[in-house]
Amino acid sequence: MSATVRIPTPLRSATQGASTVEVEGATVGEVLKNLDAAYPGIGERLLDDQGQIRRFVNIFVDEEDVRFASGLDTRVPEGATVSIIPAVAGG
Amino acid sequence: MSHLQGLRCRECGHGTDLAAVHVCEHCFGPLEVAYDYEALAAAVSRERIAAGPASLWRYAPFLPVLAGPHPPARVDLGAGFTPLVPAPRLGAALGLDDLWLKNDTMNPSYSFKDRVVSVALSVARQLGFTTAACASTGNLANSVAAHAAAAGMDAYVFVPADLEEAKIVASGVYGPKVVAIKGTYDDVNRLCAEVAGEYGWAFVNVNVRPYYAEGSKTIGFEIAEQLGWRLPDHVVAPMASGAMLVKIDKAFSELVQTGLVAQQPWRISGAQASGCAPIAAAFKDGSGDVRPVRPDTVAKSLAIGNPADGYYALDAVRRTGGWMEDVADHEILAGMRLLASTEGVFAETAGGVTVACLQRAVQAGLVERGERTVAVISGNGLKTVEALAGELGPTYTITGRLDEFEQALASEE
Ligand SMILES: Cc1ncc(COP(=O)(O)O)c(C=O)c1O
Ligand SMILES: [Zn+2]
Repeated sequence: MSATVRIPTPLRSATQGASTVEVEGATVGEVLKNLDAAYPGIGERLLDDQGQIRRFVNIFVDEEDVRFASGLDTRVPEGATVSIIPAVAGG
Repeated sequence: MSHLQGLRCRECGHGTDLAAVHVCEHCFGPLEVAYDYEALAAAVSRERIAAGPASLWRYAPFLPVLAGPHPPARVDLGAGFTPLVPAPRLGAALGLDDLWLKNDTMNPSYSFKDRVVSVALSVARQLGFTTAACASTGNLANSVAAHAAAAGMDAYVFVPADLEEAKIVASGVYGPKVVAIKGTYDDVNRLCAEVAGEYGWAFVNVNVRPYYAEGSKTIGFEIAEQLGWRLPDHVVAPMASGAMLVKIDKAFSELVQTGLVAQQPWRISGAQASGCAPIAAAFKDGSGDVRPVRPDTVAKSLAIGNPADGYYALDAVRRTGGWMEDVADHEILAGMRLLASTEGVFAETAGGVTVACLQRAVQAGLVERGERTVAVISGNGLKTVEALAGELGPTYTITGRLDEFEQALASEE
């Protein structure tokens, strides 16, 4: 299974400037693991020491914030888009 | 200015140069402006501040003022230095003997957001931006549109499509592009985080957020100066992202650190609407885990379901011994009416949230009667008239005849 991952500006130094990359994985956790394998160092910026999503990182599978779903276990359907979005101050 | 040291990550402490970045490249944490407090303390005095302009710029040494290619002309509509007024009648209604209002309805675009925008766009100009933008629950859009117009910048403001009419009109009148998103503020936010990565615009609360956030410190500076260079015992602030509350607390620390006020304990407390209370919920359940929610509240300006500064707001309130409360829509409307009818201050829904949460906290025994308490009233009531329109029609509707008027009065007894 393959997903498109949208890379936010602050992480593009790790992807040689690419704003989207294709990664395999059936869950968000697998996608992030494979993303880190392809672009070493990206994982530790998104996950903390316990392997949980850092508190200032928002991850979406298509339109769904994974914290409303099953976090790292959220399923990633074939062809889905996984977006990584930094938190934004108030409005 | 010499006392700016750069940007520093709030999570891991990693430092970065002053630029249009808001996220730590190591851990994705938020970046914050860092100052050399020794240099700052040497540069400031009560007298110098008092001799400054009657605006937030009297505290310029505490703000990120960048040198740049442009003349150091501020983007300044006169925001800040709003009245701090005693509120004895509201205090009596709530059971408080020393209550004050920081009346930030009295700003150029009628909310405290003018503080953050004046600072953010002044920096943005020095960084060479010619287009201003924001993700907004309404007030920020009004303020960005107004300041961009006066600075001759283009503006794109992104808001949820279901905002109050006044908030749409009071953006559009200044001539920006208003982009209404069919969704919540969190959807707006997400789009803007992506747009900010693709377009070379100064998004005040995205890529220039570290500078933006500093503007809210001036609420705290002013409160202390207006109390005769003394800290209050207690401040109550409304929370959406939590950024304003966090910065008021930071302001008090900075005043102590630079010797402008004597050290004394202060408490800071946070107010949310029950229909969008992710920070208050984390406070009350003791988990410290800020879980995003889908907002549904009359207080649209506070409807941020995924608050970026929630963790820091929790830290500040816990550290200072404050409380967090949340109130239902009918309490918010009652709070707006209580504030207006006791003190003559017409606040928007966010002000109703603050007053109603304070009332709850007093009833729960969380506020001492004699505690010097300041309630931050952050936006003007004319922006959200529809919230009250249903319950506040005319008392009598009659023809212009005296006998009808007399009858109407008589019907009252
Ligand atoms: C009138 C008003 N008060 C308070 C707030 C809360 O600000 P913050 O996001 O800094 O918590 C907002 C934010 O949009 C607002 O418009
Ligand atoms: Zn960091």
